[in-house]
Amino acid sequence: MTETADANVASFVEFRGVQKSYDGETLVVKDLNLKMPKGEFLTMLGPSGSGKTTCLMMLAGFETATHGEILLDDQPINNIPPHKRGIGMVFQNYALFPHMTVGENLSFPLEVRGMGKSEREEKVRRALDMVQMGSFAARRPAQLSGGQKQRIALARALVFEPKLVLMDEPLGALDKQLREHMQFEIKHLHESLGITVVYVTHDQSEALTMSDRVAVFNDGRIQQLAPPDELYERPQNAFVAGFIGENNKLEGRIEEIHDNKALVRLKTGELIDATPVNVTKVGQETLVSVRPERVEFKPEFFDKGAHTIEAEVLEFIYMGDTFRTRLRVAGHDDFVMKCRNMLGQRRLEPGEKIPISWHMQDARALEKNSAI
Amino acid sequence: MSDASHDSVQSGPLTTADGKPLKAALASAQAHRTRRAFYLVAPLLFFVVITFLMPIGQLLTKSVNNPAFYSWQDRDTGEKIPLMVDLRAWFDAHPAGTGPDEAAYAALVTGLVHAKEVKAQGQIGTRINYEVSGSRSLFTKTARKADKLEPPYKEAVLDVDKDWDDPKLWNSMRNASKAFTIDFYLSALDRTRDDSGNIIKADEERAVYILLFERTLVMSALITFITFLLGFPIAHLLATLPLRHSNLLMIFVLLPFWTSLLVRTTSWIVLLQSQGVVNDIWVSVGLISDENRLQMIYNQAGTIIAMTHILLPFMVLPLYSVMRPIDPSYVRAARSLGATSWTAFRRIYMPQTIPGIGAGGLLVFILAVGYYITPALVGGSTGQLISNLIAFHMQNSLNWSLAAALASLLLFAVLLLYWLYDRLIGIDNLKLG
Ligand SMILES: Nc1ncnc2c1ncn2[C@@H]1O[C@H](COP(=O)(O)OP(=O)(O)OP(=O)(O)O)[C@@H](O)[C@H]1O
Ligand SMILES: [Mg+2]
Repeated sequence: MTETADANVASFVEFRGVQKSYDGETLVVKDLNLKMPKGEFLTMLGPSGSGKTTCLMMLAGFETATHGEILLDDQPINNIPPHKRGIGMVFQNYALFPHMTVGENLSFPLEVRGMGKSEREEKVRRALDMVQMGSFAARRPAQLSGGQKQRIALARALVFEPKLVLMDEPLGALDKQLREHMQFEIKHLHESLGITVVYVTHDQSEALTMSDRVAVFNDGRIQQLAPPDELYERPQNAFVAGFIGENNKLEGRIEEIHDNKALVRLKTGELIDATPVNVTKVGQETLVSVRPERVEFKPEFFDKGAHTIEAEVLEFIYMGDTFRTRLRVAGHDDFVMKCRNMLGQRRLEPGEKIPISWHMQDARALEKNSAI
Repeated sequence: MSDASHDSVQSGPLTTADGKPLKAALASAQAHRTRRAFYLVAPLLFFVVITFLMPIGQLLTKSVNNPAFYSWQDRDTGEKIPLMVDLRAWFDAHPAGTGPDEAAYAALVTGLVHAKEVKAQGQIGTRINYEVSGSRSLFTKTARKADKLEPPYKEAVLDVDKDWDDPKLWNSMRNASKAFTIDFYLSALDRTRDDSGNIIKADEERAVYILLFERTLVMSALITFITFLLGFPIAHLLATLPLRHSNLLMIFVLLPFWTSLLVRTTSWIVLLQSQGVVNDIWVSVGLISDENRLQMIYNQAGTIIAMTHILLPFMVLPLYSVMRPIDPSYVRAARSLGATSWTAFRRIYMPQTIPGIGAGGLLVFILAVGYYITPALVGGSTGQLISNLIAFHMQNSLNWSLAAALASLLLFAVLLLYWLYDRLIGIDNLKLG
């Protein structure tokens, strides 16, 4: 399902049927296929242990693929040692050389390329200015704050002008505010330098805000590879639906199915409308996924002719810009509805019974067995 | 923030809530903690003073002060009795180089008579014997007859033994009667004094100490270097191998610690002697012929091989403790930045292990410089180190002052090394584990 999406893209980085096993018993990466055009910002997102770092390490050349091919610029790189791949890398712990100053750290990649002193100094200065750290060249890494180290690591990965930059959770150690700031800076550098970036994170908001495309990893496979909005709006399976953003899940069975319309009977007997995604047969078990912000409770917003269900208010939480309401729906106690804090918005009281509904395309009927 | 504290910021020194000056409050709070810390370490401090600092002080004193010629401690009462009082007065009155006159001989005889009364003649003779061999018997013989001698004393004494007019002997007595002397250091550096007290080189056959110091330093440096060459890869392997393999390797590294030093050294004898295992194997595979068996023990080679083996863990452990926490991502980062694996090792990995190299090197070198048992057992005559000579003077020649002088020279050399290390690498970079 992922190949079709990018079959025609002129690829810069390509994984072809890559598999990886560390111990010869289990596959950590199972059949990875991925094509990336030049200049793309691609994020690998997934839970811990899903094989993201492993993929990055194979690309950088620190791990060898057990099977399959990795191509860079249409050249297979399986047998090229890491130092000849010309790939910049930012490590999660920054890996700044502790015995060198910031300036020496940055000039290291230029030095090993045999660049002259004056040219080196010029490039180091420009790289430091680029991350607004111009006055820190003489410091040691130990004398820098986390965010400053992060910038130096970034500058070092970029100073030798690599075609491809890999970042393995580079912002993992920073606090929220700094992280958001650095996200913006990285994105800005990506755009102004036109580099290709493979970015690893398990922070989904980071993935959604920064990336051109996001590859959602689970269990050694790409579950979905799509731009952020598509990922959020149209998750392809239950894992993606559950992993990206908040989600309500209702169990049921397909009652009727047409091209783009399915009628689902819930466990408690109610009927709802949904868009079929990867369900095909009448009688099939399904999970209907609905985003909390797409649930409506005011009859004037209901779709014409759509089914409504009865819901009981369990909890009403004031969150400033939104209200968050926990409902009991069709026997599920954890159904969440979010609505904007608008003028004249009335508070819902616990125990109150309200009808709820949603637009058919916001309720996605997914195959149940791929659920998490 | 309240107004009161805001005011105090502006008006002079800070105070605590109850009005005490902040600095004094802090000092008293810290003094309490310092005191408690002191009580905790007091037993150890006491132990160290008794067993370490005092002996070292005594050693240093002994090396410049040997009172055997002019002071006698009574075995029963513990009382100190001065000896050779008149002779010392004569030496004080006459400058070095003056030949002994009648008064000097008279003082000598008085001194010997008194020495015989308190049975100190042997001690005096031994003391002079350090520098002029044969003096011990000379002193005991003359002291036996001293109370029967009549003036003129010069002739009477020379009648007993003609050796008494040897200027060396008188020089030696003059030196021995001084409270402080650097003569033991001179001896330790192969120097001696001529008849008029000038410092000159010692005779060829007595000049062994500088050679031994040199040999000790060179061999220790060599052993340190070999342990480094052998230990660095092992430590690296230990630090990077998965835990269950590295544990096994660690046991092999530590094995030498768990067997007695004597056993290890003697097993080297079994292995290396000319009819030993190693030679046998070489002969049987035809590497050397039966007549040309290699002499690998009872010489320098034996000392170097055995000591390298014994000191290897002291190199491996500090290196290991420095290498273990080095994140593999440093080398990976260097590789991704374009460095070959050799460059990454040399520029990134190696420099981070310097504290371990320094610590291991210093430790092995200092231990090697003072090593005694192994060279004594497997060193033969060419593999002896300075510590063997110190032991010889402690146990055989009983010249404790010379032993002390040699030992303190060794101590100074090590301190110098330590100081150099501090200047070059910085002692706070030292990592032992
Ligand atoms: N060197 C290794 N030897 C053996 N197994 C490994 C090794 N490195 C990773 N693994 C295993 O491979 C799997 C994937 O690891 P990987 O580091 O790629 O996960 P990840 O997606 O980066 O997770 P995280 O988000 O926690 O960093 C994990 O189950 C991990 O235990
Ligand atoms: Mg990872």
